[in-house]
Amino acid sequence: MNTPTSVTIDLTGLGELVSELVARGYEVYGPQVHNGVITPDLLRSVEDLPVGWTDEQEGGRYRLVRRNDGARFGYAVGPQSWKEVLHPARTKVWSMTRDSAGELKVTMTEPDRPLRAFVGVRPCELAAIAKQDRVLMHGPHPDPVYTANRENTFVVVVNCGEPAATCFCPSMGTGPKAGPGYDLALTELVDGSEVRYIAEPGSDLGAAVLRGVPSAVTSDAERERGRQVIADAVDRITRQIDTTGIRDLLFGNLESPRWDQIAERCLTCGNCTLACPTCFCTNMEDVTDLSGDHTDRWRTWDSCFSLEFSHMGPGPHRASVKSRYRQWLTHKLGSWIDQFDESGCVGCGRCITWCPVGIDLTHELSEFRAAPGPKRELEGQPT
Amino acid sequence: MTATEVTTEVKPSTKVGNPTLAVWKFASCDGCQLSLLDCEDDLLAVAGRLDIAYFPEASSGMMAGPYDVSLVEGSITTPGDLKRIKEIREQSGLLITIGACATSGGIQALRNGADVSEFIGIVYAHPEFISTLDTSTPIADHVTVDFELRGCPIDRGQLVETIAAHLAGRPPRIPTTSVCVQCKARGTPCIMVSQGTPCLGPVTQGGCNALCPTYNRGCYGCFGPMESPNTAALAQQFTHLGLTDSEIARTFRSYSGWAQAFREEADKHEIPQGTNQ
Repeated sequence: MNTPTSVTIDLTGLGELVSELVARGYEVYGPQVHNGVITPDLLRSVEDLPVGWTDEQEGGRYRLVRRNDGARFGYAVGPQSWKEVLHPARTKVWSMTRDSAGELKVTMTEPDRPLRAFVGVRPCELAAIAKQDRVLMHGPHPDPVYTANRENTFVVVVNCGEPAATCFCPSMGTGPKAGPGYDLALTELVDGSEVRYIAEPGSDLGAAVLRGVPSAVTSDAERERGRQVIADAVDRITRQIDTTGIRDLLFGNLESPRWDQIAERCLTCGNCTLACPTCFCTNMEDVTDLSGDHTDRWRTWDSCFSLEFSHMGPGPHRASVKSRYRQWLTHKLGSWIDQFDESGCVGCGRCITWCPVGIDLTHELSEFRAAPGPKRELEGQPT
Repeated sequence: MTATEVTTEVKPSTKVGNPTLAVWKFASCDGCQLSLLDCEDDLLAVAGRLDIAYFPEASSGMMAGPYDVSLVEGSITTPGDLKRIKEIREQSGLLITIGACATSGGIQALRNGADVSEFIGIVYAHPEFISTLDTSTPIADHVTVDFELRGCPIDRGQLVETIAAHLAGRPPRIPTTSVCVQCKARGTPCIMVSQGTPCLGPVTQGGCNALCPTYNRGCYGCFGPMESPNTAALAQQFTHLGLTDSEIARTFRSYSGWAQAFREEADKHEIPQGTNQ
């Protein structure tokens, strides 16, 4: 594509952008206030966006709070990510029926290939989608459900101007300004109730969509405001991870007593993995009915915090709490690098906020960094 | 969704006489038996695969034992119960307990450790007619139980799954993970994190499809402790949320309060139950 050219759109333009996407056949999803949180859902109009809302987050705590302006994207991230749409919690893989002659008939589920537009994706979430793309779509065995859901998505990312206290995206290199992979990137400029967006296309399709929206040339002053929004966000992000040699830091501390201290607090409830936008593990369930002539195979989200997850012949090989937390953290930040040449963490902070007891991986990592435990040579995988 | 079809040949199954089913009641509210009656279309399917031989709640026609499958509701609270459960065990091939009363003693286990004779004196006009034990205990404390189905009441989907699994000769697919797993799967935001509502979900086995949190109520622990309940960590979080020790004890001492993990946590936060306070 040609060099991206940014334009400025106002609130009418934002509405027109959604209309343009609808006219092109997209189901448009965007953040909305539901049940006391901001979460992505089908967007009927831009009026559904969380106008004048923000979120306050800390370990184990999330609250919606009113803003004194008209910002539509003046918050960080909620409990649910785009994973819920792209990699659903429960999907039927196939059904099998035995007819009266005793013949088995298998009906495979052929996923729809919907045209979906995601408006309001955060830069960290864009990075998370890219990580799931790599695992679920670009590997040797692409996942049919994910691929079908993902291949026709149109992504409108909104650069982050309102990070939460649990955010640490700069440490992971995923924000608060979006990297590549979007169709359109917006930066929200808020002046009381007046709101404008600097819009930059990231794909030919994005540029084409933008041409259907009334816009003005972005002024130098607006461009500078946009840069300032990002710079201010960076300044306000307080949590961080030092990722230098992080894999070796974790794998050199597999027997650290720190894991026992974490295990005293960890509920093994699985919330961190389920809220994580990159955790992808699934289980298969076969469900037979009472007749014995019908069975369905379902694919469901799974979590490395469940005992069944590591259940082999003699039983779960990660029975202790510490072994389960260690598995999660060392995979997310360590062995993910071995598998996929990048970290599995995007710094969105969901695992901190949505842990019911507020276990904070940034704090735990700094503890490992500050007081490395006894090292041991690696022999195969940690247990 | 569209579908493609693949056909594979297999031999037809041969069906011999249906196994018999009996449903028994001990100290309970009957809610779990009602869950079976509430299975609607699935109940017809159950009746098609099992001969319902003894189910007084549903039919006055009662066949003599032995029975291939017994579903047992309720807890053991009287000397008569002690005798009857042993007879039922002897007459039953597979014995499956259903519900919080049968699997952990139920809400009536609040009597355990208290002065039961004092209760009787207050409640009954003629206490001398009452013959009861000092405790309410789960069925598995007295006889061998083949499978325990949790809940207050049980989930009818789990009941049908358990019966279907036993008919098919496979293990029942009953998750032992937390209620949180079901909240996240159905998109219910955590009410403890987003509203500060104390919730037993993180230490409770899922099965209800996160019913209470979805309606903005903290989990009451109906399905009992999950596979690895860290009750101490959750209790500490309850303290941060402003609960007193007494409130924490009462939160754990509910429908599954006599289940070991919940009972021990409750005991840590309050003087032994039954003591006046």
